[in-house]
Amino acid sequence: MSCEPWQCAEIASTKKANPIQKPEIAVAMIKKAQRPLLIVGSNVTERWMEGKQAIEYIIDLANASKIPVVATAHMVGEFIKRGYTPAAFWNAMEISQRVGDPTWMGLDGKGHPDLVIYVGMPYYMEALILAGLKHFAPDLKTMTIDNMYHVHASWSFPNASLEEWAANLKVMTSKFSGGN
Amino acid sequence: MTSKNVHVKIDEMKTNAGLIKNLELSIGKVINDNYTEPMGPTPMPSVTALRDWDMKLLTKYKPFYMPDCDSCCLCTFGKCDLTAGKRGACGLDIGAQSSRIVMIACAIGSACHTAHSRHLVHHLIEKYGRRYPLDVGGLNVKVEAPVSRLVTGIKPETLGDLDDILTYTEEQITQILATAHTGQEANNLDFESKAFHIGMVDHVGMEVGDIAQISTLGYPKADPEAPLVKLGIGSVDRTKPVIMCIGHNVVPSVGIIDYAKDTKVDDKIEVVGLCCTSHDMTRYYTRARIVGPISWELRFIRAGLADVVVLDEQCIRTDVAEEAAKTNTPVIAASEKNCVGFKNRTNDSTDAIVEDLVSGKVKGVLVLDPEKVGEVAVRVAQAVAPIRKRKNVLPTAEEVVAIAKTCTQCKQCQRNCPQDYFIPAAMKAAAAGDLSKLTDLYEVCIGCGRCEQACPQKIAIHSLIVKAGEKSMECEDNLCRSGRGAVSDVEIRNVGSPIVLGEIPGIVAIVGCSNYPKGGKDVYDIAREFASRRYIVVLSGCSAMSAGSYRNSEGKTLYEEFPGGFEAGGVSNVGSCVANSHIAGAAIKVANIFAKRPLRGNYEEIADYIHNRLGAVGLAWGAYSQKAAAIGAGFWRLGVPVVVGPHGSKYRRMLLGRKEDPTNWEVLDARTGETVNVGPTPEHLFNVAETKEECIVQIAKLCMRPNDTWKGRAGKLSHYIDLHKRYLGVMPNDIHLYIRTMADVPITMKDEIGKILEANNWKETIIPDPTLLPRMVRKMK
Ligand code: SF4
Ligand code: SF4
Ligand code: SF4
Repeated sequence: MSCEPWQCAEIASTKKANPIQKPEIAVAMIKKAQRPLLIVGSNVTERWMEGKQAIEYIIDLANASKIPVVATAHMVGEFIKRGYTPAAFWNAMEISQRVGDPTWMGLDGKGHPDLVIYVGMPYYMEALILAGLKHFAPDLKTMTIDNMYHVHASWSFPNASLEEWAANLKVMTSKFSGGN
Repeated sequence: MTSKNVHVKIDEMKTNAGLIKNLELSIGKVINDNYTEPMGPTPMPSVTALRDWDMKLLTKYKPFYMPDCDSCCLCTFGKCDLTAGKRGACGLDIGAQSSRIVMIACAIGSACHTAHSRHLVHHLIEKYGRRYPLDVGGLNVKVEAPVSRLVTGIKPETLGDLDDILTYTEEQITQILATAHTGQEANNLDFESKAFHIGMVDHVGMEVGDIAQISTLGYPKADPEAPLVKLGIGSVDRTKPVIMCIGHNVVPSVGIIDYAKDTKVDDKIEVVGLCCTSHDMTRYYTRARIVGPISWELRFIRAGLADVVVLDEQCIRTDVAEEAAKTNTPVIAASEKNCVGFKNRTNDSTDAIVEDLVSGKVKGVLVLDPEKVGEVAVRVAQAVAPIRKRKNVLPTAEEVVAIAKTCTQCKQCQRNCPQDYFIPAAMKAAAAGDLSKLTDLYEVCIGCGRCEQACPQKIAIHSLIVKAGEKSMECEDNLCRSGRGAVSDVEIRNVGSPIVLGEIPGIVAIVGCSNYPKGGKDVYDIAREFASRRYIVVLSGCSAMSAGSYRNSEGKTLYEEFPGGFEAGGVSNVGSCVANSHIAGAAIKVANIFAKRPLRGNYEEIADYIHNRLGAVGLAWGAYSQKAAAIGAGFWRLGVPVVVGPHGSKYRRMLLGRKEDPTNWEVLDARTGETVNVGPTPEHLFNVAETKEECIVQIAKLCMRPNDTWKGRAGKLSHYIDLHKRYLGVMPNDIHLYIRTMADVPITMKDEIGKILEANNWKETIIPDPTLLPRMVRKMK
């Protein structure tokens, strides 16, 4: 697994994402967070793994972990079609502007998220959003659970195949479901 | 004030003193003041003249920065790492740097349009004289240059008057570029204001260019029934020699068409165009063909379809000469802005240039005389076509399979593809003899060639894609409406009231380039959705071509299915890039002609009117260029929201409102001076839509304005709710923010929405006479 930016020119200067070498590490970090938030973009219906779309894996993970999900683009309908109701739906820029604002009190108005997890947006767009948060919300912890290394996040999985991605998401789900 | 040079030219005159021949006389400038409208407060605004207005907008719509680059390398103090609050050696932080890049992009775009217009105006003055009268639409267009009148206070009547307007735009571009120097502007919001300024100037520059060419070259003049012209690679008659013109400046193409007509070979050759030049070619000569948007360059050349390539300016691949050489296609560079390293042959004899190109002695030439370009291109095409015999570099279907077998599945192509397409999977299938995945890629590929650059096996991936898509390519035979130019005053009078009252649900202006996330079909779908709902749909540039490239179930293109007027349910194509100014012009004319707001040098009041009353939204679904940034900035300053596709995030700054913050949405009621919360109308000034579905919903929402009558708002809400349910699968969660009185609620949804209002502690409010300008309150009392 490689820790080069997935799209080759998406380079960073001095602050680069720490690689998540094992899904268990991501799970531990999410469990440690008090107010995590999972923001899910439109590519989760474009990527197929083992005959299933990525959104199915995300739903399993969200159900197991109970992390509130924000669906961007038109994904809210895609989630609901599959029997899962996300906590909220927003435009990708609108929600990202809010998570980058320390005075924003979260979806429930009770507190700012302390870990924001991104998955499934067009790579270049997600990279730009993460860059924005890196620069303008330096205290916010960001993570991506894509199979593409995102250099501007705080933590990112390295580049991996779709099969490896499916395996990682399944391990994460199992750990939240009480697996070892 | 308008000023004019007096220019007298006498070919021959008998006087007492003898015979005078070829006398030319220029005497200074004489003031022409046919423009009787009193001058407004801000004629020819300086860089800061409208800063207060900009700051009002920038308080409402805050920049959300997404730096595309963590560092700055603009001067030798750098590279400076600007990560997360660090400042560069000059003291600049990443916010100011990001906004500086936005401003620079807008300045480049604005310079491009103004330089294009400057060339046109120079050329046309040389050909027709300074006193040649402007005519944008005869008696139907009395406000011939709304943007120029608004910004500069000049009412241009002749080509010479346009010269004066360009002097203003050129000065502003210089002033703005100067502020980008190290150690000049320090504040991000001031950079933003300057980006707005240069965007406004850009629309002036564009307007000048388009009205100059409309007036002189016999283009359609504000004509809703501008002719339907052929569009697509399949529409090109490949039995004839083909001259392919790429770029934006029609002057060399006019030279080609005129020469072909004069020598009576116009029906023996095909003159086709790519990008905006092609729009303007068809406005001049309806037999010209529009091949397609910028992304069609590689496929057309590699398929061997061009016998001569003529380059003018803007948005031309910089490797065209190398690509053309592979198919033995001679290249003529015809613009000072793009000399391509070729020898300047302008002063050589035409025979010598033709001979060198036909024999292959030279691959290309620079010729800066458009008439000479015309003769060379036509003669070379005729001589070269039988020799080239459509030489192409596409592999055969069998070769595609063999080449695909050399793929190692390293994924470098996918990682270098801006769209992240699954090229390796298509290669794997092709290696097994199944080309269908490559064919699918043909439909969505933007033809950038980046995949090939990364392939360690040196596979010509794009050529494989084009070969697999060859059958689709040959079927691309569609129709585009030739660029109509301005919107007529009559059309404005007809739609002014229903737009401002909200009864026409909105104006959707679909403009810009072809960096689409999933091909051009999205543009067609979006345009069709809104036209079917009786919005006014206006298109330009590459978007206008993409919209014409698909057909409905009855086999009709969009331009055949819907009327070409600026009317409810109309789909019009204003024309090329520079014609975008007519869209801003139409908005300005609603304020001026319908609402009778003074126009001359009165920018702030007109922008305030448009922002609060005119439900117009710009969409640049595939925007890639700096010119698109400048066009967008011109709309931002007018308070018109702009949506871009996902690649538009790379402009690295959004302008977002916060709908939950009531103080964000306060306007003054011009009747009383009271502050009224009008809700997020419109919610953003610049935002990305990630998918087509989201884009459609966002546009419908952004069409709402504080001034909507209850009937208009109810109509706009019905579309918003209906589209939201259809494309996002759920009811919107912010309807309560858009309802001011129960009369705003769509009649069939009273119960459903009543419950939502109750759950959100909704309170009734008034519909004000909205303004952001305190001086308008005093005026209206
Ligand atoms: S312009 Fe400023 S930030 Fe950029 S390289 Fe020079 S000193 Fe550094
Ligand atoms: S040419 Fe097409 S497939 Fe290749 S990188 Fe560009 S968009 Fe992707
Ligand atoms: S870069 Fe070339 S070798 Fe690698 S996967 Fe793509 S086509 Fe195959």
